Amino acid sequence: MANALTIENLHKSFKLGFIPKTKEILKGISLSVEEGTIFGYLGPNGAGKTTTIKTVLGLIFPDRGEIRIFGQPHLAAKARERIGFLPENPYFYDYLTAAEFLDFYGRLFRLDKEVRTERSRRLLKRVGLERAADLQLRKFSRGMLQRIGLAQALINDPAFVILDEPLGGLDPIGRKEIRDLIVQFRAEGKTVLLSSHILQDIEMICDRVAVVVDGRILNQGPLHELVSEKILFTEIALSAIDPGSVAGLGEIVSVHGERILLKVFDDAKIERVLAIVQAKKGRLHSLIPRTETLEDLFIGIVKGQ
Amino acid sequence: MTIRTIALNTYKEAVRDRILYLLFFFAAATLVFSRVLALLTVGDRVKIIKDVGLASLSLFGTLMAILIGTGLVYKEIDKKTIFTLLSKPIGRGAFLVGKFAGLVLTLFVMLGLMSIIFLVILFLHSFRFEAALLVAIFYIFLELILITAVAIFFSCFSTPILSSIFTLSFYLIGHTSWGLKTLIKKIPPGFGRTLARIAYVLLPDLESLNFKTEVVHGIAIPPAALVNGLLYALCFTAFVLALASLVFRRRDFI
Repeated sequence: MANALTIENLHKSFKLGFIPKTKEILKGISLSVEEGTIFGYLGPNGAGKTTTIKTVLGLIFPDRGEIRIFGQPHLAAKARERIGFLPENPYFYDYLTAAEFLDFYGRLFRLDKEVRTERSRRLLKRVGLERAADLQLRKFSRGMLQRIGLAQALINDPAFVILDEPLGGLDPIGRKEIRDLIVQFRAEGKTVLLSSHILQDIEMICDRVAVVVDGRILNQGPLHELVSEKILFTEIALSAIDPGSVAGLGEIVSVHGERILLKVFDDAKIERVLAIVQAKKGRLHSLIPRTETLEDLFIGIVKGQ
Repeated sequence: MTIRTIALNTYKEAVRDRILYLLFFFAAATLVFSRVLALLTVGDRVKIIKDVGLASLSLFGTLMAILIGTGLVYKEIDKKTIFTLLSKPIGRGAFLVGKFAGLVLTLFVMLGLMSIIFLVILFLHSFRFEAALLVAIFYIFLELILITAVAIFFSCFSTPILSSIFTLSFYLIGHTSWGLKTLIKKIPPGFGRTLARIAYVLLPDLESLNFKTEVVHGIAIPPAALVNGLLYALCFTAFVLALASLVFRRRDFI
């Protein structure tokens, strides 16, 4: 499959401070995003995620390295016409209404009036803002701004959507709605580059991920290859038995009243726990095997660094 | 098309800015006040109205150009609206020219409205319409265009307060640099005169766009002075915009 984005050996440093001191932010980033996939770009604060995205978009000029979008140099107009972008904490012209705002961005892509009007109406409906079409953006809540930001990123019907922390500041329902929209993008054949701190969301929707720490990519690949399916431990919730009777078989995580939460690391010991519960006429509430999560992988990489 | 879109949006932004209306109100009040001032003066009252009126157009137009112009690009960077804008297929030069054109359009409308108030007040006093006043107003507009370009240039790399100070300095230097002409004539040939000549060439000369005195006192303006003024304003504006574009093109938006 062809790549929507290819970055090779990207370097960028900034001169910061009153007495300028050079700080290297990107130290040789290389990655590729396949067409039609959702690519998660992870990293702790200050790792270089936003700098990478801004460099791809031409807002920052790299010191060296190469960026290609659909095989074209990233600053070429043809490449940029196929991109949609939602920045982190989006700020927009707050004196415009939602409809005026989308119309303005549609004009920048030289869309005809009819296309602009139709697309604006459809996008407002898609992001759940059809009733706010005539409301000025200064009256929008954070979640509404995130939604209108997503709508502007789609006004040119882009093949490649870049979303920088799209789920930040949203309530659980808003997060789910945006997550569902991103999954729909993939179904429509769009490619998505998603930078986020919310690992749970990335894990739910991304096909591939890259972990960037201190300006370097430390791990990248398909999610199922990076995250091991091996069972790390089993969580057992039980009650009506003495905690001391199972203490030696695992780690007691919590005891609330009669209810005990136990972490068992050895499969053989699970049988023994169950036998004790049966013998003492206790109650078993749940037994959940835990495999490695993206969070485990991420924390492991960052701590290792 | 892109420049036009950005220009119209800038115009929309400017006309929704309260500071514009505040300045417009003061300009209108000063124009009305010129009639009161004329009533209290001994001598040619029409000249007083013309003098105060043209000076008000120039002063308040300049304030509008500086106060709005210096914040135009900076606000885009500070509020991060530039991120979504420049991620679209828009050249940085086109963005800057669009911003400039939007403010010029705003100033054109504002100066037009102020001029109408001025001409109506004058007509009510003298029952005469003088076309020569339009010449002075046109050259005030040219000066505002140049000041807008300078304000946008400074706005590309400094804060609105600093940009305002720099642009105001440009305006003040521009209206006093003509003194160097006299100095060149007075000092003996040599190093000092060469230095004064270089300074005069490098510093802006906004007095070459000032025909207010001639118009108020009915003095004939040589056509060469009009052509010189026009070419000077256009070339200087193009030069400053090119410089601003050069600075803006190389900027990283962190």
